[in-house]
Amino acid sequence: MIEIEGLTKNFGRVAAVSGIDLRVHKGEVLGFLGPNGAGKSTTMKMIAGYLTPSAGRVSICGHDVENDTIAAQSMLGYLPEGAPAYGDMTPKQFLKFIAEVRGFRGVEAKVRAAAAAAKAELEPVLEQPIDTLSKGFKRRVGLAQAILHDPPTLVMDEPTDGLDPNQKHSVRKLIQAMAKEKAIIISTHLLEEVDAVCTRAVIIDRGRIVADGTPASLLARSRHHNAVTLTLPAGFAPAAKAKLQALPGVLSVDDISQTDGVATITAFPRASTLIIEDVSALASREQWDVKELYAEAGRLDDVFRALTTHDTQRARERRAGGAA
Amino acid sequence: MRQVLAVFKREFAAYFATPLAYVFIVIFLFAMGAFTFYVGRFYDNGIADLSVFFGYHPWLYLFLVPAIGMRLWADERRTGTVELLLTLPIPVWATVLGKFLAAWAFTAVALVLTFPIWITVNVLGQPDNGVILASYIGSLLMAGGYLAISAAISASTDNQVIAFVVSVAVCFLFTISGAALVIDFFQLWAPVILVNTISSFSFLTHFQAITSGVIDLRDLIYFASLIALFLAFNVVLIDLKKMS
Repeated sequence: MIEIEGLTKNFGRVAAVSGIDLRVHKGEVLGFLGPNGAGKSTTMKMIAGYLTPSAGRVSICGHDVENDTIAAQSMLGYLPEGAPAYGDMTPKQFLKFIAEVRGFRGVEAKVRAAAAAAKAELEPVLEQPIDTLSKGFKRRVGLAQAILHDPPTLVMDEPTDGLDPNQKHSVRKLIQAMAKEKAIIISTHLLEEVDAVCTRAVIIDRGRIVADGTPASLLARSRHHNAVTLTLPAGFAPAAKAKLQALPGVLSVDDISQTDGVATITAFPRASTLIIEDVSALASREQWDVKELYAEAGRLDDVFRALTTHDTQRARERRAGGAA
Repeated sequence: MRQVLAVFKREFAAYFATPLAYVFIVIFLFAMGAFTFYVGRFYDNGIADLSVFFGYHPWLYLFLVPAIGMRLWADERRTGTVELLLTLPIPVWATVLGKFLAAWAFTAVALVLTFPIWITVNVLGQPDNGVILASYIGSLLMAGGYLAISAAISASTDNQVIAFVVSVAVCFLFTISGAALVIDFFQLWAPVILVNTISSFSFLTHFQAITSGVIDLRDLIYFASLIALFLAFNVVLIDLKKMS
């Protein structure tokens, strides 16, 4: 549905995106992750036809974005970064404008606008100028605009940015409800969002893809994958640490916290060995009086931090590159 | 064409959704009146025509039309809505045309609202209403010319102040390109044909030809092709921005 080949964008001497290849199919929700400035928004702008690539191509449902722009854009719903909308219009007027531009006429334009507003839960503010709306409603106006024509593909740049937890939940529910019928790309900083809605996660750094897989397969790359955390009386902690360290599957043991005489320690496994059974057997054999014991699936922020570079480092490298 | 209409409707309504339209129209009418009656001494002339009134149009447009044109694209870039507009399935030319026509229609509204002066002159004497109608048409065409220039310049920047200042400067050159100030500069070194071409670009020359009561096809073609040329520039500038 969305095919991206060798997509590259240079701004002057800076390469914002360098050679991205992606195929997103119907039924997939692709979470696009990466630090600020990694090239997420630039990539999305090229998919939507707002920026022309320096090299490479994008096609949407078989229509090349550069050469067959209008056909490609009519197959795509796009929520730009920051969800821009005409502030002097009300959501009702704005959605009607979008419907007319998208080729719907008269009654159908009205029906489409109303349906999109209903899906994005905009009814209470339909008659208020967009400029006067809260951040959450503004974002949902952008969402309604993107889904108004029920497009087969959707690209949304940070759809839940600035929303409160309730609003995030309803936007995610909306995305999940549409997921089966569409190819969707969303960018986000929120790693929990990937868990919540995405069937596939792609991490980009410095304009390149550094990881691409299901959320579970990315979690498996985390240090915390299959790690076991125990909470037990502080008195047992030193002995427990030594015994855990001696288990064959355990790579290392870390102190996590120690408060009110209760200690929390985590045992990290060697190369994704399953150690939970060994650890729990050990704990009951030694009678450590364990209050809590659980294994983790992994943490995306581990993976994210390991794969991407810090912005200060990037800026330093860029400056050094510019001076050379 | 339907998309041109959709963009036109949105843009035209936007003028009246903010104080912009009202402020502009009030100042436009006030300035027109002030120049005509006080600076131009409309009554003292004792002639029942509107040549004094139309004589000031180029100079008022020089500042007021770039004020309308500056926001056309620069404001959309500033607020980010340009990204929305250019990712909707509308050809760039249709967006450019819709925006231009909306702004032009808005200046037409302002111009039509000067009708009391036409009534006044008809009450006071017996003017040649054919000449007045021709002058109104000429004035509207000239406003379109200024507007097309301002819109194209607005497309090249996200800063409205820059858009305004550059537009006024370019419009000024087009206004006076037939005047001695410009022609003398070129006469020193340029071939006669170039000098003649430059002087034929003057808004003043063409506008004065129309306000004398003769709608010459050449003057119409001049304004129409100038508008078309700058709208084409506008499209090219939008496309270039996508590549930068």
